[in-house]
Amino acid sequence: MSTPATQVVPPLKDELDIVIPTIRNLDFLEMWRPFFQPYHLIIVQDGDPTKVIKVPEGFDYELYNRNDINRILGPKASCISFKDSACRCFGFMMSKKKYIYTIDDDCFVAKDPSGKDINALAQHIHNLLSPSTPLFFNTLYDPFREGADFVRGYPFSMREGVPTAVSHGLWLNIPDYDAPTQLVKPRERNTRYVDAVLTIPKGTLFPMCGMNLGFDRELIGPAMYFGLMGDGQPIGRYDDMWAGWCTKVICDHLGLGVKTGLPYIWHSKASNPFVNLKKEYKGIYWQEDIIPFFQSVSLPKDCTTVQKCYIELSKLVKEKLGPIDPYFQKLSEAMVTWIEAWDEINSPTKLEALSLDGKKDASASNKK
Amino acid sequence: MSHISIIDDEVDIVVGALQPDLSSFMEEWKPIFSRFHLIIVKDPDLKEDLKIPDGFNMDLYTKSDIDRVMGSSSTAISFSGYSCRYFGYLMSRKKYVICFDDDCVPARDSNGCIIDAVSQHIANLATPATPFFFNTLYDPYREGTDFVRGYPFSLRNGVDCGLSCGLWLNLADYDAPTQVLKPDLRNVRYVDAVLTVPSRTMMPVSGINIGVNTELVGPAMLPAFQLVKEGKIRWETVEDIWSGMCVKVVCDHLRLGVKSGLPYVWRKERGDAIESLRKEWDGVKLMEDVVPFFQSVRLSKEAVTAEDCVAEIAASVKEKLGPVNPVFARAADTMVEWTKIWKRVRRPSKVQRQ
Repeated sequence: MSTPATQVVPPLKDELDIVIPTIRNLDFLEMWRPFFQPYHLIIVQDGDPTKVIKVPEGFDYELYNRNDINRILGPKASCISFKDSACRCFGFMMSKKKYIYTIDDDCFVAKDPSGKDINALAQHIHNLLSPSTPLFFNTLYDPFREGADFVRGYPFSMREGVPTAVSHGLWLNIPDYDAPTQLVKPRERNTRYVDAVLTIPKGTLFPMCGMNLGFDRELIGPAMYFGLMGDGQPIGRYDDMWAGWCTKVICDHLGLGVKTGLPYIWHSKASNPFVNLKKEYKGIYWQEDIIPFFQSVSLPKDCTTVQKCYIELSKLVKEKLGPIDPYFQKLSEAMVTWIEAWDEINSPTKLEALSLDGKKDASASNKK
Repeated sequence: MSHISIIDDEVDIVVGALQPDLSSFMEEWKPIFSRFHLIIVKDPDLKEDLKIPDGFNMDLYTKSDIDRVMGSSSTAISFSGYSCRYFGYLMSRKKYVICFDDDCVPARDSNGCIIDAVSQHIANLATPATPFFFNTLYDPYREGTDFVRGYPFSLRNGVDCGLSCGLWLNLADYDAPTQVLKPDLRNVRYVDAVLTVPSRTMMPVSGINIGVNTELVGPAMLPAFQLVKEGKIRWETVEDIWSGMCVKVVCDHLRLGVKSGLPYVWRKERGDAIESLRKEWDGVKLMEDVVPFFQSVRLSKEAVTAEDCVAEIAASVKEKLGPVNPVFARAADTMVEWTKIWKRVRRPSKVQRQ
């Protein structure tokens, strides 16, 4: 566990939602019960809405299937992917909490080198509640961690750090490889526990994996759009990548931090590499243009909110990536739709209406 | 990861001797050092004779060697204290130079095994770096790991690594104020990672435990930034921080990599932080000017070797930082002088614009 040197108390259960996309079942929650039970869950059910997803007893949750998404968003539902875990971002939009933790349904509790169960949620909370240091690299990693500090040469004026917007966790066992790597190394397992949390420096992009991810919804929520993937789309398995590139660019612009490293979860299921290759195929080529695009993006000074940054990004996507494939045109429009939907769902009047009616928009819910 | 064959005679180990009795230091490192050529440089201010055990393939340089080689330039550059090791870089004829402070001994990893810090530095230097995109599983060339999903394929070749920065267990490299505030703080955490510090990201490079590819960045390892009241304690120095930032700027410009992380060494107790605080800690204050400068310095297209880069950085230092404090103007002059000496004494670095 990476505990900050200055004591932070994990927030009350009323400040964080756990968002889980699922198409199968939620059996994995049993293992997480000791850590998750105090928190509210938002389940986003992908695929066949007539299927009943059983949530284990004792959890407080709201569940949305495709019918709910269509009903709540109307025509704007087109921005939410179908038959892809990208649909999880609907849960981000519907949440009313300050923090989100999202996890895949094939991720289990891992053990640290001493054999102790890792409370991944508590670690993400620690990461989010302590500052980041994107402006200058600290060679001893997270300086706010117990047992560490800033090294010699680190300017004192930069030691306050900036607010942390994203906490990106890692995976033991099945690593998050792309299809070509999976095909070449089908037996490789990640067995190395790297006991570090570090801030990804400003100006540096990274591949953000959505399997074990925490973020401050108030700071960066609208940027966590997972794009158009899955059914009817030419690409899959780039949802979290897309959200990560947009998020990092916006975080860099707004002076927010992104951390990566601990906590680890245990990733149990290796998806079919041939299926993955079909989904990723176009992405593998397109990312050669997408990455330089994001690396060179410069947002104007008057983009002072996440939404403004995102809308500006959508224009740049249309202009610069549109020529690559009509998909990017559609994506840029979906980005705008997303922001419109976000603002509508999260408007003060709408929030008030929702709080009066309880969770009536969900097709299933449970209050403990 | 493919097996790295370490060609021992491509390696020099350079140690600056700030204390006269190197016996225990050398004995502790013997299993690791014995197959390599060593260069030991005696701090020119040290009066006593050095005590070095037998059984090493080594060259020893003292004040008289420094004076002889430097000739008329001997007053321009100070090799006092920790800076004496730079003379070792100058004298080395090898591609890889690995340096340790003389108060460091081999550390043990989390399994209790002795860490061969030299081999780890060489592995870091001999495998590619990945400065243009961050790999969340750290060094992708390490056994048991790879590039993650979403990492562009065109960037998976990586680039050559110019500098390998290791870490320290027990006494970490903290500045004096931090040491005073947290006198019991000891680094007990073994972080099993090597990572490439991204391009355009600056970092404090500690000279305590490093490896350099001198063919790529040699001239940028320079003893230029020296404080007047500098002592013989690491937390009173910043010459390595300055040198490290020069190397980073050079690497960023020439599209080379800088790695940080493993190996760890065990750093022994030394010095009194409160004593150091009593002296003016100019270094800490000057960092406020140094860092923004290095973060913003940009070199021209014409700078295609490390020497070219150093010359341009020196000119920029003189112009932008010179007016702020005379120590910077002196640093700029020293950098220019150093490049001349480097050219005179060693062969120039390879053209490396990638």
